[in-house]
Amino acid sequence: MQERVLMKGNEALAEAAIRAGCRHYFGYPITPQTEIAAYMAKRMPKVGGTFLQAESEVAAINMVLGAASAGVRAMTSSSSPGISLKCEGISYIAGSDLPCLIVDVMRGGPGLGGIQPSQADYWQVTRALGHGDAQVLVYAPSTVQEMVDMVVKAYEKAEQYRVPAVLLADGMLGQMMEPVSFPEEGAHAPAEKPWAANGHQNARKHNIINSLFLKPDELENRVRERFQRYALIQKNEQLAEETMVEDAEIAVVAYGASARIAMNAVKAARAEGIKAGLIRPVSLWPFPTDAIRRAAGQAKQFLCVEMSMGQMVDDVRLTLEGSRPVAFYGRTGGIIPTPAEVLDQIKELAKS
Amino acid sequence: MAIVYKKPSTLTDAALSYCPGCTHGIIQKLVAESIEELGVVGNTVGVAPVGCSVMAYDFYTCDMVQAPHGRAPAVATGLKRALPDRVIFTYQGDGDLAAIGTAETVHAATRGENITIIFVNNAIYGMTGGQMAPTTLPGQVTQTTPYGRDPEVAGYPVRVCEMLSALDGAEYLERVTVNNIPNLRKAKKAIKKAFQNQIDGKGFSLVEVISTCPTNWGMTPVEALGWLEEKMLPYYPLGVYKDRSAQKEGE
Repeated sequence: MQERVLMKGNEALAEAAIRAGCRHYFGYPITPQTEIAAYMAKRMPKVGGTFLQAESEVAAINMVLGAASAGVRAMTSSSSPGISLKCEGISYIAGSDLPCLIVDVMRGGPGLGGIQPSQADYWQVTRALGHGDAQVLVYAPSTVQEMVDMVVKAYEKAEQYRVPAVLLADGMLGQMMEPVSFPEEGAHAPAEKPWAANGHQNARKHNIINSLFLKPDELENRVRERFQRYALIQKNEQLAEETMVEDAEIAVVAYGASARIAMNAVKAARAEGIKAGLIRPVSLWPFPTDAIRRAAGQAKQFLCVEMSMGQMVDDVRLTLEGSRPVAFYGRTGGIIPTPAEVLDQIKELAKS
Repeated sequence: MAIVYKKPSTLTDAALSYCPGCTHGIIQKLVAESIEELGVVGNTVGVAPVGCSVMAYDFYTCDMVQAPHGRAPAVATGLKRALPDRVIFTYQGDGDLAAIGTAETVHAATRGENITIIFVNNAIYGMTGGQMAPTTLPGQVTQTTPYGRDPEVAGYPVRVCEMLSALDGAEYLERVTVNNIPNLRKAKKAIKKAFQNQIDGKGFSLVEVISTCPTNWGMTPVEALGWLEEKMLPYYPLGVYKDRSAQKEGE
């Protein structure tokens, strides 16, 4: 049996990245994810890796661009306002087909917002992480153990499809402590990267990492090729956890920390004889449309619970194409909804 | 027949995208010659940022990475930290290095990143059609200073070598130009030294090359060389602004 240790979410995530072979971390301080940088600053020198505190989020993501171009497993982490600053670099990384890991430990917004947990970056990470026709992989853990597991998965899938990956957490998951076990060091070797710009040693043609294509047909072809990979990702990489959904008349959809709260509410509803179930999207892009459509087989109503004014609910509605009513309940600004509040919403829907 | 002159093997056959009479082509060749003479082409990764120099990824035979506007020193930092035994260089213009990328430039220098930066200062934004650069001279007419750069409104030019020379992290800073053969020879020596410094592990080396932009200055190439000498060199004096190793040897 693997050893289990009690760790804070942010620190467990950082350790998982090191175990996954990440030796290059570039970051900039911002609450509530600074523990990741602090942990990396302590650990990286011990494993022969690089921890670098950049002059800005902009510089940090461009250092990731450089290190990822060289073919290594690189990483940066930040929180919402910092992720906004990284968007430029992420667009270039996506346009250059580079794999890397970006962690967003969400806080309230817009603007400087607050420092309490939030899920208000859903639109940004799934729709508009920089300009242009591009998507990034987005994973949303809901336990500290999943923070660990998703780091490994994010690197593997990012390399498999040559796309950047985002691990989307929130201040609650980042700060909470839970027992975790880690994969064996080196269990997930980085993929071969024949495309890397790491010095050709006069043994191959020169590699160019580039996102500029001035001829429209060339750029369109590049984007179309990338969208073929996106289609494969949507087909093969959807992840969702379904609990008590088989006979659920009310399907609750929630991710990350909200899903933990929604789970309690669903269980309480069952205790009161209401057939409720929970779909927890684990991959936010690709959005788990298959699980949502499956649930629509018997569910009469859907309820989306988020720590925002309602963002993922758009994807649930797009998936159901108006075939089922989709209600929304959310708190924002750093307020975490209580299971009792969510239960009230379920009971209200059960009446209709 | 003996070959007395040929294109460096470190340049591809791609046609350069620069305007006729522009000094970019000369500077780029000096960089290519330095890489060839040092025998490091297989060990080198170049960074091409946004601006006239963006197509540089097509011109060199070493591995190349294209960087967002101003971010080349950060991209080069990521490359160098991942590949400490490789030679990493950037080739940047004035808008890129001294306006949008000022923070990346200053902090790469102050960290003493062991990289080589070739900084082409032609006092104008070339690729976007001749707007005011951070290095545009007072009184200089550009598309966005149609009445001449007024320091009251648009501030003063940035002297990059002078500014960076205040930083402990910088190893080597020299300003050169390529307006005549003696100056070109000095420029070549400086560029090669900036690469040699990196190979020797000495740290951050930047060579500023005062350059022309005949197209956007609205001059013939010959007139442009004259304007460079009359107007630019008094504002941007040539010379070594920092040479930490030479200084130590002298002490």
